[in-house]
Amino acid sequence: MTSTLSQPHLLGIEGLARDDACLILDTARSFTEVNTRALKKVPALRGRTVALLFFENSTRTRLSFELAAKRLSADTLSFSASTSSASKGETLTDTARNIEAMKPDLVVVRHEASGAPWLLSRVMRGAIANAGDGQHEHPTQALLDAYTLLECWKRSAAQGLAGKTVAIVGDLSRSRVARSNMLLLPLLGAKVRVAGPPTMIPAGLKEVYDVDVYDDVDEALFSGDPVDAVMMLRIQKERAGTAVMGSDRDYAFGYGLTAARFAQLKERRNEVLVLHPGPMNRGVEIDAAVADDDASVILQQTENGVAVRMAVLYLLAVGMTQRDRGAAVEGASS
Amino acid sequence: MVAPLPVGARRVLEHDDVRRVIARLAHDVDDRLRQDSKGPLALDPARLALVGIRTGGAHLALRLAEELLKVTGRAPEVGLLDITLYRDDVLAGGAMPLLRGTEIDFDVDGRPIVLVDDVLFTGRTVRAALDALLDLGRPASVRLAVLVDRGLRELPIAADFVGRSLETTRLEHVGVQLIEAGHDSDAVVVTVKTDRRGSKR
Repeated sequence: MTSTLSQPHLLGIEGLARDDACLILDTARSFTEVNTRALKKVPALRGRTVALLFFENSTRTRLSFELAAKRLSADTLSFSASTSSASKGETLTDTARNIEAMKPDLVVVRHEASGAPWLLSRVMRGAIANAGDGQHEHPTQALLDAYTLLECWKRSAAQGLAGKTVAIVGDLSRSRVARSNMLLLPLLGAKVRVAGPPTMIPAGLKEVYDVDVYDDVDEALFSGDPVDAVMMLRIQKERAGTAVMGSDRDYAFGYGLTAARFAQLKERRNEVLVLHPGPMNRGVEIDAAVADDDASVILQQTENGVAVRMAVLYLLAVGMTQRDRGAAVEGASS
Repeated sequence: MVAPLPVGARRVLEHDDVRRVIARLAHDVDDRLRQDSKGPLALDPARLALVGIRTGGAHLALRLAEELLKVTGRAPEVGLLDITLYRDDVLAGGAMPLLRGTEIDFDVDGRPIVLVDDVLFTGRTVRAALDALLDLGRPASVRLAVLVDRGLRELPIAADFVGRSLETTRLEHVGVQLIEAGHDSDAVVVTVKTDRRGSKR
């Protein structure tokens, strides 16, 4: 197995080779060990600079990336939308060029526009890690979800998720978490079922992704083979209006993981796992009692996020260095 | 059956030599620990732990632990140290080994520790290993045991226990072959490298 990624950036799970996904997940395991030490820091990225460009609000992902960078001994440049000149009308490209002038080695970006990280990868020299772009992808979230499932099921990345059935429930048209997971989980061998209100299922989903699509959540959860894990998506009230989701209570009744649905899931598979990318709307997509149940691995997801992001930053840095060196050698010999 | 060597290679330790050298290393470690237990350091021999540097020192540390069990009747704890993240060339390009992770299940605080590696060369690996180890805690002492010291040091580092010292040049590669790593028999083989220096193992 190779020890570097085959691509210079992590813009999404789309186009990610299974070997690359496995490399990130295996590397994350080493960083999990670092995170259990009293001294939670390694010198691997000493002297490197990680720019954290959060054009869209985020607490957990930004803290997670920042902690990951710091535990690798990198310096961080933080930027958040509310305090930036983006709010003064500067274009994304101009902001990027100015930050580029400060020579960051790695750039972590979150933006409300789908494709923003791809745009930055064209104007910036550093390696780009997508921390969530619009309704497109959130690759590190999918990787930490997969990592959490592998850890819970005591599997290696090479063994993957074969033989496991994972249900993803929620807003499939707006959720970048869903999109990245619909790509990654089948790549690792899982059978994936997705369910949500018909107003939240984009047309042609089945043709694009290797998933089974249901507009009835009970059918998705309680028919066929028992579900091994269920991932509830946050209902994005800021993006979806009442016209597509109805009231909170309508949604909870129709599509939420209620105590009754959870009990039925446990009946079918006692060890069922409950995931949620956060932040949760208790009482809407997930019942408070279910979120706090032992089956819920929501806090493990957050914990694992740091190790997975350390792996991503480390591997992007190593890859970039090797490409630079390769280019230098080529330049010298020509 | 001993496999034939490639042209220009020399076998400096045969299968039985490797076994004998490791057995002697175990005696050396034990002798030193006895002295240290009576000396000003007052180390506790019962708390001895071996830490193998991945990947070459890992199998060797387990072997040495077996030999120490024979000598002292007590098996020391064994941990494995991955120094990849501490290498001074981690972001200097070159072939990057796969991260395998550190597996040290015991507390290193206050213990006499013996770092174990197969070949001592530039000393950069040992420098990285010391940093990695000291990040895990504060051992009472750290000593270094190597199967082969091939010279050509670039840093002020010396081994406390040396299986065999060799005169080598930079153009040579010293390979430690152990059965655990998939070889037919144990051996230490010196070959002439065709590529330039840079890839140790």
